[in-house]
Order: sequence, then structure tokens, then C-alpha cells
Amino acid sequence: MTKEYEIVIGLEVHVELATKTKIFCGCSTAFGGAPNTHTCPVCTGMPGTLPVLNRQVVEYAIAVGLATNCSITQYCKFDRKNYFYPDNPQNYQISQLYLPVCRNGYVEIETAEDNMTKECSNGLYGVQEGERNRKRIGIHEIHMEEDAGKLIHDETEGSSLVDYNRSGVPLIEIVSEPDMRSADEVIAYLEKLRTTIQYLGASDCKLQEGSMRADVNISVREKGAAGLGTRTEMKNLNSFHAIRHAIEGESARQIGLIESGEKIVQETRRWDEQKGMSYTMRSKEDAQDYRYFPDPDLVPVHISEEWIGQIRAKQPELREAKMARYKETFGIPDYDIRIITDSKHMADLFETTVALGAQPKKVSNWLMGEALRILKEREEDAEAIRFSPAHLATLIALVDQKAITTTVAKEIFEVMFTEDIDPSVYAEEKGLKTVHDESALRRTVEQVIADNPQSVADYRGGKEKAIGYLVGQTMKAMKGKADPESVKRLLVELL
Amino acid sequence: MKILDHTAVELSERIRQGEIKVAEALEAVFAQIDAREKELHCYVTLMRENAWEQADLIQAGIDAGNLTGPLAGVPVAVKDNMCTEGIRTTCSSKILEHFVPGYSATAVEKLRAAGAVIIGKTNMDEFAMGSTTETSYFGVTKNPHHTGYVPGGSSGGSAAAVAAKECFAALGSDTGGSVRQPASHCGVVGMKPTYGTVSRYGLIAYGSSLDQIGPLAKDVRDCATILEILAGRDDKDSTSVDREQMIPGKDGVKSGEALCAGNDFTKALQEDVQGMRIGIPRDYLKDGLDPEVRTAVLTAAEVLGQKGAFVEEFDLGLVKYAIPAYYTIASAEASSNLERFDGIKYGYRAAEAGDLHAMYKKTRAQGFGVEVKRRILLGSFVLSSGYYDAYYLKALRVKALIKKVFDEAFAKYDVILGPVAPTTAPKLGESLSDPLKMYLSDIYTISANLTGMPGISVPCGEDKAGLPIGLQLIGDCFQEKKILRAAYTYEQAIKADAGSQNGRG
Repeated sequence: MTKEYEIVIGLEVHVELATKTKIFCGCSTAFGGAPNTHTCPVCTGMPGTLPVLNRQVVEYAIAVGLATNCSITQYCKFDRKNYFYPDNPQNYQISQLYLPVCRNGYVEIETAEDNMTKECSNGLYGVQEGERNRKRIGIHEIHMEEDAGKLIHDETEGSSLVDYNRSGVPLIEIVSEPDMRSADEVIAYLEKLRTTIQYLGASDCKLQEGSMRADVNISVREKGAAGLGTRTEMKNLNSFHAIRHAIEGESARQIGLIESGEKIVQETRRWDEQKGMSYTMRSKEDAQDYRYFPDPDLVPVHISEEWIGQIRAKQPELREAKMARYKETFGIPDYDIRIITDSKHMADLFETTVALGAQPKKVSNWLMGEALRILKEREEDAEAIRFSPAHLATLIALVDQKAITTTVAKEIFEVMFTEDIDPSVYAEEKGLKTVHDESALRRTVEQVIADNPQSVADYRGGKEKAIGYLVGQTMKAMKGKADPESVKRLLVELL
Repeated sequence: MKILDHTAVELSERIRQGEIKVAEALEAVFAQIDAREKELHCYVTLMRENAWEQADLIQAGIDAGNLTGPLAGVPVAVKDNMCTEGIRTTCSSKILEHFVPGYSATAVEKLRAAGAVIIGKTNMDEFAMGSTTETSYFGVTKNPHHTGYVPGGSSGGSAAAVAAKECFAALGSDTGGSVRQPASHCGVVGMKPTYGTVSRYGLIAYGSSLDQIGPLAKDVRDCATILEILAGRDDKDSTSVDREQMIPGKDGVKSGEALCAGNDFTKALQEDVQGMRIGIPRDYLKDGLDPEVRTAVLTAAEVLGQKGAFVEEFDLGLVKYAIPAYYTIASAEASSNLERFDGIKYGYRAAEAGDLHAMYKKTRAQGFGVEVKRRILLGSFVLSSGYYDAYYLKALRVKALIKKVFDEAFAKYDVILGPVAPTTAPKLGESLSDPLKMYLSDIYTISANLTGMPGISVPCGEDKAGLPIGLQLIGDCFQEKKILRAAYTYEQAIKADAGSQNGRG
């Protein structure tokens, strides 16, 4: 490469809202369900039916808009986007083009140093703070729209079937400005959106399940160039890994084209994560004319100052505020705070457990250690945690009271994580409580000393470390139910 | 008096008094259908069995004193673009020839709840696109007054059925005059209420921002009575309004006119136009207006003048822009509304079409008629990128300007009076050859749709060939009661006049 290039990235992020019912009818939005069971004449586009807007959709959209510093369009409208495809029962999607509900916002992202560029479009800034860099990513608009159904291709029958259960599920599309310059910034931006929206309770934002989807617009330009290069849009990105790979792959492809004197074609490309390559889906030439126009079946939405005020008042504490409060209140390390607050579910669990009397650092240790370890093993995220805070508090109390040992506690935690058992009841039932009977322990220690003459000799010969082995043997013989401190004390005494 | 000669209100009254059984009314109307339907073809689908079942239930309801409303027991017809659960609903199109909806239009449900017996689905121009009922896939409907002529359209089947006594009243839909114009051509009363008065749920859309369901009936009282039953806010239609809750000075209701906002339309049936200000747009009396129609309309205006109304001519303006604006907006909306008819989920699908796109093309090419395709093409064009501003957006601006000239007119007048159509009913086949001429014939009716205003068509004489002429009265938005009062006063005056002439003769 002879020249230095810069990658310019903008994102279109679709987020499925957590409403109970669809955007324009009363059908359930529940995931799964036998095909076409969550449908009615409205969401299957039957003749003569009319859409009626779900107020909760507007509330969620406004909540996300306020949390991302957008201005709210107080007179907003829905438009029809016309295109023929069987998953789209009316052959038009009800969306917003002319007057989207939120406009001109931004979010602040953080990345590790060296991964952050300072300059930004539309006068936004990048600042450096400590070891991490902060930067604003502009949000062009957020609009509301309906999801489409799903086509199922039956290979054996050679036919296609349509499931309209998803048809009419409410979405918001968050369109960023082309402010990102690296895959790290993109991931940071997506994580920021995800955390914010999860905190608002507006969506669970699961990339794998499709409740959060990102289309990535990428172009490259020579460093320092003012204008933007020709962009391509990358679709089918359903993990952060895929997004990172796609950005790296596509920017390399574009730079390669430029270097070899070829032109970049404005087109939509499909990323194949398994092959690590992208393919042309459609070029600008065969881009469809969507013939957008205001949907005459829906009346304009008037969003009053009062309504915005009510939604603002209901906004929960967002992550930044929570982090600041944790730092002030709980005295746990920044690293812990960052991990715990990454998931609202985890943060809620943490706070409730602490409120039940557990010491913050101890709660944090369980979550950061055992909980994350199990989640990683099972390839699940924090939202999958099902055990109750009361049970975690009990577990911590049992350890504090020396009713169980740490080893036993870890065993119990694993069961509790899966089955949400009460640790106290469980320990009792399984006989896992620490034996505080001094004579029983003394008998075991005497037996261990008798069984391990070599280690005893080593210890007596001055090898202090040998006592560790003997403690271990005693604990083993006691099936972990002894207090290690007492074991050590007895060993020293008897030797 | 023969059963068939009763108005809907009269019939229901006698049924509720036990003088006539619902079954007798039904027998009479089906006998008339047997006698005339073959020649006229008012219906796409007759619901004989279903009607008898309904009749039994309704008779039981009346006998038990549960059905006491003014339409209980009355056989009525419904235009075939309103969904009827379990009964095929075709829009007179091949593409919906076998479509049976699993739900009913709100208007249909309201009729049923009122105890009306729905006897059939009436013929119409395909997807309500046309002014003659000749674009129907199922064949033309003929004018009962003269079978060499069209009944008007698009609600031609409904108008002809009422005129031929093949039902006592019918529902139509009016997007550009489709209730008022066939009413005029068939010599019955037809009314388009203010946009939002009647729920559009279950009405298969043509131009969503213009479509309104309205009654076609034998007289003004029947019209007002049916409208009273149909009107009301419907949670299934975001564009429907709750007229009972409207606040004068806001919501489009002029202050001091709270009374006009409600749904109690029959209260307006008073012979009283004393002091009512009636304006006749001079623009409506110029070129293109048949002299016989002109004379009949001006004579009708004189009658209202004699009854105490203040009548004068005035210049409305912008009239010639209404047609291009209307056809741009209606076609744009139609091109999108009709996209759902694609052969995937219901309706006609072309056989052996090959791949998906070939299937779409063949299904729609074979399933839609010429006029529908013409408007889909026109509508798709005006919404295309690069043309949207020049056509669609401009049409919306014209619409706003037209609303303004009417607002100015209604500052001076209570009611605007004029013809419904430039001529009486055209001969069969005459309009299809010249669609532009057909579009131009909508000139007096479409402004009410563009502005949302109510309009009523009342018979006001016949031409030399014996074809009916209609008088149109247009009111400001939510001022149905004014036009109903004027129409009722005129109708009573004519009736009295005819009575005294008969007495003399």
C-alpha cells in the first residue's frame, strides 16, 4: 500500500421493540409460536383492513431518542415504502421517511487508546480522558417501522411458505452519521446502543436472535481527503465478530480496488461469515424505487411537550449515571463496575443482592468470577442469569458465617446458577455444612498424620510448605466440610 | 300500499308494529329481483339463504322487543367492496372473484346490529374505478329507468337496486362521487358524509384519503336514518372521528355550531330553510353542463328560494384544477392500496407462471381490468422518484388551495348548490371509449372528496329521455345537518307540488 487510507463507517441499526403487541394490530409479538398463529387480518394484509398505531411503540422510540440526545419530531408521520415481496403482505412496509420520530442526536463512545481517531464529521469532537478515548457518534435519525414476515423454503416440496408471525412486529431503525473510523468504534457504538436500549427496557437487543440488526455502510478515502468515497452497504451481520470481520474485509477489498485503479460500485453486499467474504446482492442500478408517500390510513402523530416530559420523567438511570453512583457508593473497582453495569440485568442483580445485606465486593466477586465463568462456558450472556438475588445473598451469608467453606460455596453456586435453589436448604439437605465438631476433626487430622509419614517428616524437617499438603488431605477426607483455618491450627498443634 | 313501495323507515315501522313480517318483505324483494335482475344485473352475489336465516333471527329479535331501531327488518344491499364475513367480496374484479373474507366491515356490522337484512352484494366498477359500472368484471348494470343507459358508478349496482326496488336501501362508497353520481343517474338519494364519519374498516380501499361509505336510499329520511346508524368513531380506523366528542372552535367544527357535530342526523329533517344562505358556483353552470340539467338544478334552487332560503350565484374558482389533483392523488393511493393483490395470499393467481416475478406480473396482468391497470400505472408514475414533487406533492398543494376556496365560500354560505353530473346517464358503451371524458364528468363531485366535505344528491327532475337528474348540496365539514335539512325541505316541497298537481289532474 503506497497511500494511507481511512475507513468511514455509518450504521443502520434495526432494533425490535419489547412491546407485547404488534405495531399496528393487537397480535402478540412473542418469539416462536407455530407459523401464522400470531396473526390477524391486519398483519396479514387482508383487503379492507387498516393499521392502528400502538402507542407504546412511540413511547419506546421517544425514550430511545431522549437517551441518545435526539430532538423529538412533535408532528411525525408514517410513510409507505412500496416493494413487492411475499414476506411483506401488503407489498408496502409502513415506515417513516419524511418526518421520522427522532432526529439529530448523538451518543458518546469509549474505546481503548490508539483505536480512536479524533476528527469527526459535522463538528462533533473527540476527547481523550485517562486511558480511554471518548468520542461522539452522531445519530441522523430514528424512525419507527414494521417488521416483515419470514419465508420458509421447503426444499423437498420445491415450494416456499410464509410465516407472518413477525409481520408487524415493531422496529426502530437508528441511522448514524458516517462518524466511525474503525471496527472498534463500530463495536463500541453498538455496545453503547445496546446497553442504553436494554437499560430503557425498550428491547432485549439480541444480535443472534435478530432483535438487533446492523447494516454497515463503508467507504474508504485517502487520509486527509475531504469528500467521502463511494460506499457499499453490508448486510447479514449477526454477531460482533461478523461485523468486525466484514469491516476489515470490505475496507481491504475497497482499498485493493482503488490501488489497482478500479472503481468501487455503490451496491449492497451480503457478508458470508463462514467464508469470510462478501457478495453483491444488488447494485445501485437495480435499486428499487420505493415510491414513498405518506400513509393515508394513519393520522399524523402529535407528540406534546407534556408527553415527552412524562417519558423523560420515567427514564431509568442509564449506565453512565449508574457507574458514577457505584463508584461513589459501593467502593468496588472500576473494572468491576464496567463489567457489572454492562448488563442492566446484572446490575439489578448486584444492587438487589447488596440491598439484602451482602457486602458489595463479595457480590461483585461472585458475579465477576463464578457467574461470568459459567456464562462463558455456556456461551450465554448476562441476560441468561436466572438465580434470585436472595439466594446469592444467602450463599454469601453462609460463607461469612463459616457455615460452608468457599469450596462448597462454589459447588452450591453452580447448582444455584442452573436451578435457582436456596443454598441454605440445599446445603442442609446434602449435608454440605462445615463440621464444627472439634473431636471429629481431631480424629481425621490424626488419621491424616498417620497416613502421610513422608509429609510429616518433611514438615518436621523444616519444610513449612508440607503443611499445605496435609491441610488439603484433611479437607479431602472431610469432603470439604471443614474450616481450613481450624484444620491448620489442629495440624500445627498435633505435629 | 305495496310492500315494495315503502321507504326503509316506513317498512321497518310496519314490521315493528307487526303489520308486515320480515319474511314478507324479503319475499317481496326477492320476487322483484327475480323479475328484474336478469335484465338489470344490480348484484354480483345474492345472499338468498343467508338472508332467510338473518330474517328469522331478526323477526325473533323484533318480536322479543330487542330490535327497536328504525332499520329493523329492512332488506338492504351492500356494495361489493365492503367485506362480509363468509360471503365473497369481489370488488367486481377477477382478482377477487373467489375471495371470502373472515371478517365484516364495521359499516356492515352496524347494519346487522340495527336489524337490517343484508340480501346481496351489489355490482360496481372494478375496485370502484369508473363512473358507469361498466368496468365490472362481472358485466354491466343497466339503468332501471332506461336499460340502454348506464346507472352511473362506481356504486351503480347499489343505485340501480334501490331504483328498481330490488332492495329498500343500499350502501355505496364515494371516492370521487361514486355514491352521489349513480344516485343522480338512477333517481334516488345518495349521500357522502364528511370524511371520518363512517369507519372505513373492511372497505377495500381505492383512495384511502378520499373514500367514504354512504347510503343510497329512496328518500332523504332513509338516508339520514342509515347514516345515523353507520356513523361513529371506530377503534379499527384511525381516520374515523368521534363527532359526539368534538369541540366547537376546534376539531374542524366552527364555534357556535356544536349541534351540527353529533350523529343525530334525523334531527335535521325539518322543513325549514328560512334564512339559510345557499350559494351556486357560477363555475358549475358554465360550458359542459347539459342545458336540461342546468334548468332542473336552477329550478330546484328557486324552490328553496321560495321556501325562504337566500340563494345567489358566486364565483368559486380553481374548479378546473380539481380533476387533475383528484386523479393524481386517488391513483397514487390506489397504486399502493392494490399492491396486496399479488396472487400470494388470496384471490386469483395465474397458472404456471414460473418464478415469483413472472407470477406477480401474470397474476396482475390477468387479474385486473384495463381501467384499474391504467390508474395503477398513473399512480405509480406520479409517486416515482423524480416525479413525486412535480405531481403528487403538487396535487396535495392544489388540494389545500381547493379547500381554501371552499372555506371562503362557506364563510358566506351554509350550503353550496349545484349539479351532480354534467349530463344525465350516458348510453351503455359510450364512456369506455373515452376515459378522459369519463374523468371530466366527475368535476362537480370530486371537490367534496378532496376537501372531506359532505354532499348529497337528491332527484330534481328528468330529461326528455326520461332519465333522472340530480341536485347536489354540499356542506362544510361536519355540517351534514344543513344539507340534510335543505334536501329534506326541497324533497317535501316537490312531493307537495306533485300531490297538488295530481289533485288538479
